[in-house]
Amino acid sequence: MRGAKSAKWVVGAIVVALAATACGGGNGGGSDAKGEVDPNGIYSMELGEPEKLLHTGDTMENNGSIVMDGLFSQLVDYKEDGSLEMVNAESVTTTDSKTWTVKLKKGWTFHDGTPVTAKSYVDAWNWNANIGNAMGLSSWFADIKGFEAVHPEKEGAKPTSDKLTGLKVIDDTTFTIELKGAVPAFGHKLAYIVFAPLPESFYKNPKAAGEKPVGNGPYKFESWDHKKQIKIVRYDGYKGADKAKNGGVLFKNYTTLEAAYEDLKSGNVDVLRQLAPKDLPVYRQDLGDRAVDQAYSAVQTLAIAFYADQWKKPKQVDPKVIQGLSMAIDRATITKTVLQGTREPATGWVAKGVLGFQENAAGDVTKFDPAKAKELIKAGGGVPNNAITIQFNADGGHKEWVDAVCNSITQATGVKCTGDSKPDFQADLTARKSKQVKSIYRSGWVLDYPVNSNFISDLFRTGAAGNQGDFSNKELDARIAKADSAATLDESVKAYQAIEKDLVNYMPSIPLWYYKVNAGFSEKVSGVKYGQDGDPILDSVEVMK
Amino acid sequence: MGRYVARRLLQMIPVFLGTTFLIFFMVYSLPGDPVLGLFGDKGVDPATLAAKRKELGLDLPIWQQYWNYMTNIILHFDFGNQIRNGRPVTEVLGDAFPITLQLAALAFAFELIFGIGLGVIAGLKAGRLADNAVLIFTLLIISIPVFVLGFIIKMVFAFELGWMAPNVSNEQKWSELIAPAIVLGGLSLAYVARLTRTSMAENLRADYMRTAIAKGLPKRRVIGVHLMRNSMIPVVTFLGTDIGALMGGAVVTEGIFNVKGVGGLIYESITRREGTTLVGLVTILVLVYLATSLLIDLLYAVLDPRIRYA
Repeated sequence: MRGAKSAKWVVGAIVVALAATACGGGNGGGSDAKGEVDPNGIYSMELGEPEKLLHTGDTMENNGSIVMDGLFSQLVDYKEDGSLEMVNAESVTTTDSKTWTVKLKKGWTFHDGTPVTAKSYVDAWNWNANIGNAMGLSSWFADIKGFEAVHPEKEGAKPTSDKLTGLKVIDDTTFTIELKGAVPAFGHKLAYIVFAPLPESFYKNPKAAGEKPVGNGPYKFESWDHKKQIKIVRYDGYKGADKAKNGGVLFKNYTTLEAAYEDLKSGNVDVLRQLAPKDLPVYRQDLGDRAVDQAYSAVQTLAIAFYADQWKKPKQVDPKVIQGLSMAIDRATITKTVLQGTREPATGWVAKGVLGFQENAAGDVTKFDPAKAKELIKAGGGVPNNAITIQFNADGGHKEWVDAVCNSITQATGVKCTGDSKPDFQADLTARKSKQVKSIYRSGWVLDYPVNSNFISDLFRTGAAGNQGDFSNKELDARIAKADSAATLDESVKAYQAIEKDLVNYMPSIPLWYYKVNAGFSEKVSGVKYGQDGDPILDSVEVMK
Repeated sequence: MGRYVARRLLQMIPVFLGTTFLIFFMVYSLPGDPVLGLFGDKGVDPATLAAKRKELGLDLPIWQQYWNYMTNIILHFDFGNQIRNGRPVTEVLGDAFPITLQLAALAFAFELIFGIGLGVIAGLKAGRLADNAVLIFTLLIISIPVFVLGFIIKMVFAFELGWMAPNVSNEQKWSELIAPAIVLGGLSLAYVARLTRTSMAENLRADYMRTAIAKGLPKRRVIGVHLMRNSMIPVVTFLGTDIGALMGGAVVTEGIFNVKGVGGLIYESITRREGTTLVGLVTILVLVYLATSLLIDLLYAVLDPRIRYA
């Protein structure tokens, strides 16, 4: 309380009123009836409008995936240390990482009362993988045998089959998955939403099901008032261990993050996912121990457009030059000042909280050292034209740090650096896809599954969808292939760790910083936690009476 | 009169075709691909991209896309579906327009009542204290940017005094819309007051005013009928065009007060390259402009008997 009081004077008159109301409500502590937990209490959370229909195969953006997380349960989930736990599966076993046997827990039902069987999974995967349904996440099934027949690579080609031959239903609660080759991390991939089961009713009208999804998760869908709110309520027939400790969640849509923060302070919304830059300097004082500041598994990098003339002609750029550029960036100062402590300097390519994360994987390359930076750039033959540009989208709040990074590089090495601003994310993406980035572009990567291969293979392998800078190195490709075909997950993770250590010699991108969740919650709720993907965990929240 | 109205209504058809055509091609020529934007940083394989384009009809040449779009509108009153979530555009517009209409109506009433009221006071007392006070007040409003005004109102009335909730909730009650309406109508209020004042001050010296006073008419009638009616023409012109601006140009105010109306929808449609939504929105706004300008032209005849439409 003392701290809160002195803070009031600092922040000024507005906050006085706010802090006063906040303290007034919190005085109850836990002793009176107000502090008791209401197991049927419904809380509200700030959430934008999902961009697409709520299909398991198409929900890749943040807003939709939080809702889907509540509505569906997959076979497995992962714990904070990256290890697996069974959810809908009784067991997921393999001997060679190629053929996997899944046994389901008995007695699970969808929200419409129909049982969850092996067929529910196999049919759902076949549907999601089918090119005719144009699901954005269909490439997740590419590991499974028979994918090409269902999802031909050629544009406009018709599928020759609607079933993945690698999937076989043994009985009601058992099915097997045969992969094209060994994929040790496949078990972890199964935690992703695209591998969720679908009820029979889905196939009758997929579009309607996307508006009103029926899942097998801890919550059932109640209503979706577009651009206003989505309501999900606890599913009492849920058999999993992560049964909801609250009555439901009301997702509220806000036009701006500032508005959501104001509503949090005036008690109209309970949980926030993020804050606007304007509120970052004050939110710790405003919220006290209800302020959240936590790292999650995502990393921001400066990716090099290797196809650009600058890096290709007259000869392929020496990685030393890129090392030099990396060492010219004062990450510690920029994250503290310009980014207001919302990021943490990166020391490698794999984000924190991922299986196989290693402290300081990039060695000295991510340390700020102007003298060494200059030396390295000189040794590598200098930056062509002695100038670089960093492409970013102007609508994402990136300008400030791009300018700071540029200043840092120019001051340390004398290389001219300017931001190349694209009006919005669409234009930025199009420039990347059509290979028009002139020099360097901003890139971000949030984990898909918590294994280090996700941050290496999916970004730096030749031809990977996330490898938009056309980085290509035969030696590295071979090592990735070898790591992928390792017999056990442990060996694979170790192999990838070794690869990450060596990435310094290739410099496919410049790691900048890891993301952090900066958010907060109201005094009406407790037990608010954020997962590795930075999203709030819905079921563990407890609502006060 | 009837023929005049009919002619004006018929003129709306080419304008309607022209605007849809222009907007459609402008969105198409913006850099950035809406389908690619669906997949973000992670990217997607080309086959899925092609399948998605085909599903949405975006693989056709632009002429054919426009033709399909227009025939659907005219034959089935179908404005198409959104690219992102497949919702029918008519439904999206149906969600956004009511709240915007409510907000615009409130803001309009606010600027009408207070703007003309202040203008009349200032005009009648031209050069005196009240006039100067109104001038300074309106100058102040004109010089404050909208977002600052919005922020100040929130700070004072929501956080300091606690008279209102800072944001419009999902129930969208009328009482919650008062603050955003004041912010939205504030700028126009200042213009209306200034226009009214100038026009009144000028007409006070007109011959017909002297005649009316000399005839011994009561002061209320002189000001209320003779002076007001003649001074309203520039004000009505401004108010008419302002309706459209209040509806389509409230992006900032809507953002500040969490109103999910047309302004925000336009902004979102542009950044996401939702061509169909944007065309629908703009078309409706253009029709609103056309209808109000017709209404104003007809009002001229009511206000000034010398104006006649054959």
